[in-house]
Amino acid sequence: MPVRVQTADFDVSTELSALRGADARVGAVAAFVGTVRDINDDASVATMSLEHYPGMTEKALAAIVAEAKTRWDIVEALVIHRVGELRPTDQIVLVAVTSAHRGEAFAACEFIIDYLKTRAPFWKKELTPEGARWVEARASDDDAAARWTPRG
Amino acid sequence: MRDVTASTTLKLVYLARLREAFGTAGEDVAPPPDVTTVAALRAWLAARGGAWASELAAGRAVRIAVNHDIARPDTPVHPGDEIALFPPVTGG
Repeated sequence: MPVRVQTADFDVSTELSALRGADARVGAVAAFVGTVRDINDDASVATMSLEHYPGMTEKALAAIVAEAKTRWDIVEALVIHRVGELRPTDQIVLVAVTSAHRGEAFAACEFIIDYLKTRAPFWKKELTPEGARWVEARASDDDAAARWTPRG
Repeated sequence: MRDVTASTTLKLVYLARLREAFGTAGEDVAPPPDVTTVAALRAWLAARGGAWASELAAGRAVRIAVNHDIARPDTPVHPGDEIALFPPVTGG
């Protein structure tokens, strides 16, 4: 399964080994791991809860991976996103891509996380000393995703 | 008691901040026949007033998905569709 949504943590080394398998076409593995910060928008974060929209989430992630495969010559791609209660330093998301050469793997990996952040239905709620608050979407994330849109 | 049958209803799903603002995770609704698009549905819900009016007011960033695909204001809605309303996403 190239896309997984789960409450459990993941082991990056295990996942990368499984993704590579014994495929000798692979000459590059690029991975991005997102983690929980203890400070966001000047407030300290004690815990974070992540919710998603079951059904749409898997469909949206699969569509992003499929688009990456049409844009770059990659071998495999994997997305794991956690939901539920998380704490600072916890892993949130893993995006990993294998390809013959590093350029394709780097680009596809960055594309997938940029699109995930603006298109996959996840929401973060932070518990801070001032109370719980929903994380606001950032314009910088829209800008990052827009870089991948061909200019017409 | 409303006469609501499966063939004439929309299944609405509210997520994240909107679920909390509306006090429910979703509902089945039977809007009037002129509610044929996502934009018309949003306006119909906003006309309820209160949190509906403030959260769904024009200018508020609300994303709407029809049957698990992100929709545009002119996306049509059909009986039986699952329509989700939510704030801009913040995963990753």
